[in-house]
Amino acid sequence: MAHGAVKHDYHLVNPSPWPLVGSIGGAVMAIGAVIAMKGLFGLEKGNLLVLLGGFGLVLYTMLGWWMDVTKEANAGDHTPVVSIGLRYGMILFIASEVMFFVAWFWIFFEMVLFAEHRTLTPMIGNFEGVAEAWKAWPPKGIELVPAFHLPLVNTLTLLLSGTTVTWAHHAIQQGDRKNAKLALVLTVLLGMLFTAIQVYEYQHILHEKLFYSEEAAQSGLYGSSFFMATGFHGFHVLVGTIFLAVCLFRLMGTGFTPKQHFGFEAAAWYWHFVDVVWLFLFAFIYVIFGTA
Amino acid sequence: MAYAAAAHDDTDHKPGFFTRWFLSTNHKDIGTLYIIFAILAGIVGGALSGLIRWELAAPGVQIFAEGSSVSLMGLVEQSSHGYNAVVTAHALIMIFFMVMPAMIGGFGNWFVPIMIGAPDMAFPRMNNISFWLLVAAAVLLVMSMFTDGGPGIGFGGGWTIYPPLSTSGHTGPAMDLAIFALHLAGASSILGAINFITTIFNMRAPGMTIHRMPLFVWSVLITAFLLLLALPVLAGAITMLLTDRNFGTHFFDPAGGGDPVMFQHLFWFFGHPEVYILILPGFGMISQIVSTFSRKPVFGYLAMAYAMVAIGFVGFLVWAHHMYTVGMGINLRAYFVAATMVIAVPTGVKIFSWIATMWGGSIDFKTPMLWSIGFIFLFTVGGVTGVVLANAGIDYSLHDTYYVVAHFHYVLSLGAVFAIFAGFYYWFEKMWGVKYNEFLGAAHFWIMFVGVNIVFFPQHFLGLQGMPRRYVDYPEGFAYWNYVSSVGYVITVVGVVVFLAVLVEAAIRRRKAEANPWGEGATTLEWTLPSPPPFHQFNEPPVIGPDHH
Repeated sequence: MAHGAVKHDYHLVNPSPWPLVGSIGGAVMAIGAVIAMKGLFGLEKGNLLVLLGGFGLVLYTMLGWWMDVTKEANAGDHTPVVSIGLRYGMILFIASEVMFFVAWFWIFFEMVLFAEHRTLTPMIGNFEGVAEAWKAWPPKGIELVPAFHLPLVNTLTLLLSGTTVTWAHHAIQQGDRKNAKLALVLTVLLGMLFTAIQVYEYQHILHEKLFYSEEAAQSGLYGSSFFMATGFHGFHVLVGTIFLAVCLFRLMGTGFTPKQHFGFEAAAWYWHFVDVVWLFLFAFIYVIFGTA
Repeated sequence: MAYAAAAHDDTDHKPGFFTRWFLSTNHKDIGTLYIIFAILAGIVGGALSGLIRWELAAPGVQIFAEGSSVSLMGLVEQSSHGYNAVVTAHALIMIFFMVMPAMIGGFGNWFVPIMIGAPDMAFPRMNNISFWLLVAAAVLLVMSMFTDGGPGIGFGGGWTIYPPLSTSGHTGPAMDLAIFALHLAGASSILGAINFITTIFNMRAPGMTIHRMPLFVWSVLITAFLLLLALPVLAGAITMLLTDRNFGTHFFDPAGGGDPVMFQHLFWFFGHPEVYILILPGFGMISQIVSTFSRKPVFGYLAMAYAMVAIGFVGFLVWAHHMYTVGMGINLRAYFVAATMVIAVPTGVKIFSWIATMWGGSIDFKTPMLWSIGFIFLFTVGGVTGVVLANAGIDYSLHDTYYVVAHFHYVLSLGAVFAIFAGFYYWFEKMWGVKYNEFLGAAHFWIMFVGVNIVFFPQHFLGLQGMPRRYVDYPEGFAYWNYVSSVGYVITVVGVVVFLAVLVEAAIRRRKAEANPWGEGATTLEWTLPSPPPFHQFNEPPVIGPDHH
């Protein structure tokens, strides 16, 4: 039976160097990060060479791996059943990303809902200011970012980009490549606009010292959870923008047909996921627990 | 692309050595890599537990004292921190690099595609990065063991990496390396989970409905969902640790309003599903094996499947029973006691269904069946002590004592590990194409059974007497049962040597394997293939009839 003809539509992938190269890249990047943070093997703290080397190897792997996937798709390896498998894969990946954000929301909610519990901290050592800082919301030293200002603009930016990416999807389905390109260019530009506004807002927070006054207020948890939650979201926007830009690049060439364009759909799903996470961030961090 | 021509003209053509084992896209080869990796990690983790039992064989500080013979060899640091670092490394290696790779990576990769009638995994190339990321994680963890941790060499804060011991308590790079090791191992597992779920949902042969899948496939499916949903939360938590350590955030630092207990919540929201991840594939394997050697279909197939679903689901709702002593309110403790007790119900369904499967069967006590019956007995012991510990009131006095150590070693090193050995012997001929020696296999079981019970049963007594975990020394009063426990370790080592002898004997004698050595009781699809199976099986998908489980 081993030598019988293949009578299934699954994709048996050829051996590939990318998993091995990518794992080496991942290990080098991690060790490089420790060197950069702490110094190791006689390399000084702050040395970024190993970190960047590992990162380069990871980028090289991503490029090579996904180019192989594109080649295989164009060679017809992505039969209907394989295509369904890719959809499962992307949905499950997004589900795991959702759980990653659960961790950041969890710590944020713990902070705001149980803020007054921090006043019970024993007043020993350098903790004596904690009760003082957390007896009211917002905690002492924190000037909240007005929600219906730049954050609202960013909400509208992302929602608009959700419509343009849907426009691009419909255009691809109808074989209207001209409109697809236009809509995708707009989506990428809106993604970049979001990132630019976010960078501006961060700079504003830091420059105006919104999250810390001159005296130490012992409310550092607010800034920690604010920046890490919105920051990881911002990172995902960046990844989504690059993902969409790659799709645009493929669309400029000969990639994507009205029947087969899962690469684009995966990017669109990811983009909607990023959008929904932002809506939660906007609702809870900026509006409900943000407007004083 | 260079391999395309070779791969297409002859489906059973194997690539060259480097390509086959380093660039693999074959689920069976990757499964073999995982099993080899797990055996090596098991030997390292077992050696570390040897250091622990050696140290604890008598009161006073033996090998972790300055100038002791072991520390002179440069193996361990001569301090109580050195002991804690060994305990930490033992736990992390056994969990992430032995049990998980063996069960999910090894047996899951080997047999899930075959059992559902698929030619390979859904994403064969991603399958390989799951394996190599785990190797990268292991490299980082081993580096961490030999790097400055702050209080000494390596990280000694336990596998639970609680702050502040893992933040301000260990300022050296060892903890950062351990964090990244967990990141890489987590990425490996998440990718593996995506792969298994997609494979099981999308690649079942015609007629292989969800309710006809073998229970091992069910168990891996549920495990994969737990991995997918639990590990990202750990990734978030350890990222917070990383930024607290290096970038001045205050997530777990009370001086900025942070709360170390919050880490415990995040950790155990991952950690409790994680302990089910370690045992669920074992449940699946035991179901296959008990059914095979009783020559009966498994009793209550659907109840068995949905009991695992229930265990997986409730497993996400009980995490704080690991934290009864942090100062939670009484209502919260009452909830977590009740929710935890609920898990005993589906677990009871499983235990009694295994017994009912054997009931009236024509039982054949081959080595895999010995391990399975051992599993059912010892896992039940661990389960019962689990019900004891689930009570917050009792846990107040037993928390962090050797009673807890005994409990989780009964469900893991006498539960999960027994299941791994059961599966290893069950599929030995199928995987390696040669027979093992039945006498040596049985000897391995009996020696190990006696050994591990002598190691861990006395630890219940020590815990009830109040001996705390994670200390290098103890008062004279605990000496007797500690000595007995260490004697048990020596017996266990003899068992491990017999296991290695099984491997060597089988490799030397090379008795040709049969396609199905177990007879009519073995009904799953792997027994329809030759042993070992062809490089790519099921080029034409098999058709599954309605009476298949």
